[in-house]
Amino acid sequence: MNWIYEPWPWYVSGPLITLVMFMLLMIGKKLGMSSNLRTMCTICGAGKTTDFFRFDWKSQRWNLVVVLGVVLGGFIAENYLSKDIAVNLNPETVNDLHTKGFTSAGDAYMPEMLFSEDVFTNPKGLIFLIVGGLLVGFGARYAGGCTSGHAISGLSNLQLPSLFAVVGFFIGGLAMVHLIFPLIF
Amino acid sequence: MRTIIYLVIGVFFGIVLFKSEAASWFRIYEMFQFASFHMYGIIGSAVGLGIIVIQLIKRFKMKSVYGEKIVIAPKEKNFSRYILGGIIFGLGWALAGACPGPMFVLAGAGYLPILIVILASIVGTFIYGLLKNKLPH
Repeated sequence: MNWIYEPWPWYVSGPLITLVMFMLLMIGKKLGMSSNLRTMCTICGAGKTTDFFRFDWKSQRWNLVVVLGVVLGGFIAENYLSKDIAVNLNPETVNDLHTKGFTSAGDAYMPEMLFSEDVFTNPKGLIFLIVGGLLVGFGARYAGGCTSGHAISGLSNLQLPSLFAVVGFFIGGLAMVHLIFPLIF
Repeated sequence: MRTIIYLVIGVFFGIVLFKSEAASWFRIYEMFQFASFHMYGIIGSAVGLGIIVIQLIKRFKMKSVYGEKIVIAPKEKNFSRYILGGIIFGLGWALAGACPGPMFVLAGAGYLPILIVILASIVGTFIYGLLKNKLPH
């Protein structure tokens, strides 16, 4: 059972994600994480401002419970199912990240430049987290879904709109990493 | 009872996202550098198997465990909203290194700065709601 504590290879992880999608379909639901962000807006009272947030959020309560589970899953995986969480990256990527100032590349799960608690007093890091989050939230709703809703559920259902969205995800991601990162890191 | 099922599925999903390293900022960066097959393997195998599963569901008109028909509502036909929204999402995905599932995984795993990303993504969703009627769809 030692393999549980190691990182899981793609050919285990990918099918298990399909299993999550299948289980949700079998109970009459659909995999999609970003719609919860809209539900959270509604719970915070966003319905007062615009129609987009005027819906019965209780119909989405099930998905909020899934999110709560995801949080718990992250806690369990980090604390009870992992020994060494350093991500074994391509050595070239590690070198490349070291020259960009990501000194923890190869030794950690997340870059300390953005995800250690020092970031709370580092304006540059804070701005990157805020801008990143704003773009993810805005883009996911504009595109009508995120990686789970479009890339997994949508492509599995052979939906053309999801293919457009996933092509967009990659255009945006490649532009950020190849065009914008050299300017900001 | 149903609530417990949702919770268990969520816990399972969270564990898979963490253990697969799909929630790691580094893996997302490496993917956009085309420096590893890992993320492509995860998404590719999930979608490959997903296509088969959904085809079987449709072919055999499978019903949910509650006996209801499984309906997968088609997305509206459009191009600009998917490509533009997708590009904006992708920019944020690569910068923050987390999409809306892994964000919550990381919150559970104790990376407190991700809470800023989560809050910002809720605000981003709110801004979209405000501007929705002014954007090309």
